Amino acid sequence: MADTSIPKPISINLVVNGEKRALEIVPWTTLLDALRDRLELTGTKKGCDHGQCGACTVLVDGRRVNSCMTLAVMKDGAEITTIEGLGRDGTLHPLQQAFIDHDAFQCGYCTPGQICSAAGLLAEGRARDADEIRELMSGNLCRCGAYPNIVAAIEQAMSRS
Amino acid sequence: MNNFDYSRASDVADAIRLLSADPGAKLIAGGTNLIDLMKENVERPSRLIDISRLPLREIEETASGGLRVGALVPNSDLAYHPLIEQRYPLLGSAILAGASAQLRNMASVGGNLMQRTRCAYFYDTATPCNKRSPGTGCSALDGLNRNHAILGTSKSCIATNPSDMSVALAALGALVHIAGPNGQRTIALTDFHRLPDDKPHLDTNLGSGEIITAIELPPRGFARNYSYLKIRDRLSYAFALVSVAAALELEGNAIGEARLALGGVAHKPWRSLEAEAALRGQAATPDHFGHAADLLLQGATARSHNGFKIELARRAIVRTLMQAASATPQSQAHKKIA
Repeated sequence: MADTSIPKPISINLVVNGEKRALEIVPWTTLLDALRDRLELTGTKKGCDHGQCGACTVLVDGRRVNSCMTLAVMKDGAEITTIEGLGRDGTLHPLQQAFIDHDAFQCGYCTPGQICSAAGLLAEGRARDADEIRELMSGNLCRCGAYPNIVAAIEQAMSRS
Repeated sequence: MNNFDYSRASDVADAIRLLSADPGAKLIAGGTNLIDLMKENVERPSRLIDISRLPLREIEETASGGLRVGALVPNSDLAYHPLIEQRYPLLGSAILAGASAQLRNMASVGGNLMQRTRCAYFYDTATPCNKRSPGTGCSALDGLNRNHAILGTSKSCIATNPSDMSVALAALGALVHIAGPNGQRTIALTDFHRLPDDKPHLDTNLGSGEIITAIELPPRGFARNYSYLKIRDRLSYAFALVSVAAALELEGNAIGEARLALGGVAHKPWRSLEAEAALRGQAATPDHFGHAADLLLQGATARSHNGFKIELARRAIVRTLMQAASATPQSQAHKKIA
């Protein structure tokens, strides 16, 4: 196949933040681009676009993944949770509240990915202390260097969950 | 990323058929390396064959007392599986030393074996690279080669295999189960990856149209005396400069069985049967470990920037064997090296 012949879009269904969404999508669209450009959920951020910074972290069927390294077409039928879907009925998710309580950001660009990643970490239940939180959050970079406060925020949410 | 066709394989036979029908096609499971390479134009597949829904996710005990792990088991699921934690903690530790929690959730066991080098020249399509474009030359030989191989190199390529999981699998004597157009076969993990020689574009001995279906762990798990030590430029989420998988069986202070494999230093996990044989029957002491390290590093050669790796590897081997002998394996979360 030459690059000039464009394969037909493929129909997929996603459940995004509890809502059914049908999409016609070309296979090289990442989940990140589908969320931001097609579904207008721009809370999920594009940082490095190479799986190195974690800004694009979302939950797919409850597990944290890098949406920039995920093809949307491969997630047909999956449940996706983004930062927009973590809070319920106008109430912040405990992690969102904890990030505010601990001032766990400066510019805020990495924050949606940090919070989605932390939600995945809490669900996995593998972190028991600050060192383990640091290790299991190492896929989320913060160029402002808010790490101590991010760890403190996650410890707060962990102790209350 | 180039435009490509997309197919979803319905079973393993279908995947083999689709793969055989299109020489430009690639399998995709977790996609954590392939999509990155496609974004860099290093890989330009004509078709992606999605195997992520195939039923290759079982972890089951074998008749011989080992464990068979389906090729699509995510790295994190394998590392945290109770049978791995109890019987093969070296493997779990090595997996958790690699990548990030997100990537481990996505990446499959088979994909981990298939991941390609992170040599910066391989990734940079503006530079010559025999692995990416055979015959163009190796930019790393006289370039920035601080991260590159010191063992098993060739004039064509000094790239390293980046996997942590494979280092532990090499030490444990794992097998790779493969299915292809001519049926099924099983090879040792240590025979799965290749040295570069004059064909560095071939990372593995997987034939055309073949697919990894499972890895198999032999009964011996070395669950008491083991350690995986990874030395890198930052404390987490970085590739190894040098990593060591060490596993011992001790009778008192005497070594009954020893396994030793290195990561970050060669085109494949580096193991030496001679080094392991030299440890058997010896006391578990730093002197004997140093001798084994010398044997394992026999023939190591440096380029302009990676000479430090030889001494670093020697010290890391001795340290990791000491950790294994004292049953104080390296923690991947608490970074202090005992």
